[in-house]
Amino acid sequence: MQATPDEVLIGRIANGDRLAMQVLYARHHVRVFRFVLRLVRDEAAAEDLISEVFLDVWRQAGRFEGRSAVSTWMLSIARFKALSALRRRTDEELDEEAAGAIEDPTDDPEVSLEKKDKSASLRKCLSGLSAEHREIIDLVYYHEKSVEEVAEIVGIPENTVKTRMFYARKKLAELLKAEGIERGWP
Amino acid sequence: MNMINKEPERHEIEALLPWHAAGTLNRRDADRVEQALADDHELARRYDLVREELAETIHLNETLGAPSARAMEKLFAAIDAEEARAPRRKRSFDLSARISEFLSGFAPRTLAWSAAAAAVAIVLQAAVITSVLVKDNNNPETYKVASAGIAGEGAIVVRFAPQATATEISNFLGAYKAKVVDGPRAGQLYSLKLSEKSSPEQVRSIIREMQAESKIVSLVAQKE
Repeated sequence: MQATPDEVLIGRIANGDRLAMQVLYARHHVRVFRFVLRLVRDEAAAEDLISEVFLDVWRQAGRFEGRSAVSTWMLSIARFKALSALRRRTDEELDEEAAGAIEDPTDDPEVSLEKKDKSASLRKCLSGLSAEHREIIDLVYYHEKSVEEVAEIVGIPENTVKTRMFYARKKLAELLKAEGIERGWP
Repeated sequence: MNMINKEPERHEIEALLPWHAAGTLNRRDADRVEQALADDHELARRYDLVREELAETIHLNETLGAPSARAMEKLFAAIDAEEARAPRRKRSFDLSARISEFLSGFAPRTLAWSAAAAAVAIVLQAAVITSVLVKDNNNPETYKVASAGIAGEGAIVVRFAPQATATEISNFLGAYKAKVVDGPRAGQLYSLKLSEKSSPEQVRSIIREMQAESKIVSLVAQKE
């Protein structure tokens, strides 16, 4: 039995089919939530935002033209909502948050052990990237978006997508180096 | 193993490694990357770094958990409130949605038989279309279509293969920097325009490359 394609669900949602909306939500809400959470870094805010994202899907389903995948369209909406929410936050809050994300409590013995674990360090450094760099890395590696799809979601040219991904990876290598992990690149 | 000699080309290939690791490159680029990885030891080492990043990004995201039921309750409460205020009017008839829904209901085997029948019909159509193909005297390897529609520098006519998916077609158009400017016309023919200005020789070369992608296009010809 094949699952109903997303595009078909959107067609049903445009006709007011609540069940189709539930299916689409069940299929995508976790990934959309994680994408938003990585941007806003606040679970309660991320939950509120995904409700808004899917409400927009409900409202705009009739205007969906199928020029991109439904998941790409939803991530575009999610990104817009997340960035709007971030803009509403004060700079002070963001500064505290950024400091927390890259905090390096060297006196903690557990952290010393963690430093020996390359995978854990890599994940820590992935979390320490700027929102712009986290976003592109997540879209490419986790959400499996092509160059063209990332360009559509982020609203930048395709060549800029490749350049931004390169610099995000370069920054990641710098953070790893600061953690004592030399990768021999770049 | 050798290193790729041309540095700009290597840089271009290296930029594609994250998408290659995620499996989201079109077939043409994926083949280029595979070839480069086989020939360049240093590039292959860097690809291993990309794969590490990919694995840990997935791990990191998978540990983020999921939203609580509150998010869904809030969403459907909002939907109910909207519907109570202003119930949406159902769209009377959406042909593409109906066709899409109709096809999605079939088992793959049924669809395969339908595709086979469609392929026979297309072969018959091809015989008719071939009669309007005019052989280009200067370039025996390519053909020009003597049909109405948009013509000019870089104008190409194609028929997409029945099995090509929307993503494959989209990647194909992206890879050749082409856009659909007309169609479908009789015989499911679409007119493409290359976005970059190309010489007649470059256009013929692109057509030959496109013709090799038989999984995506069943006919490629230059427009007169």
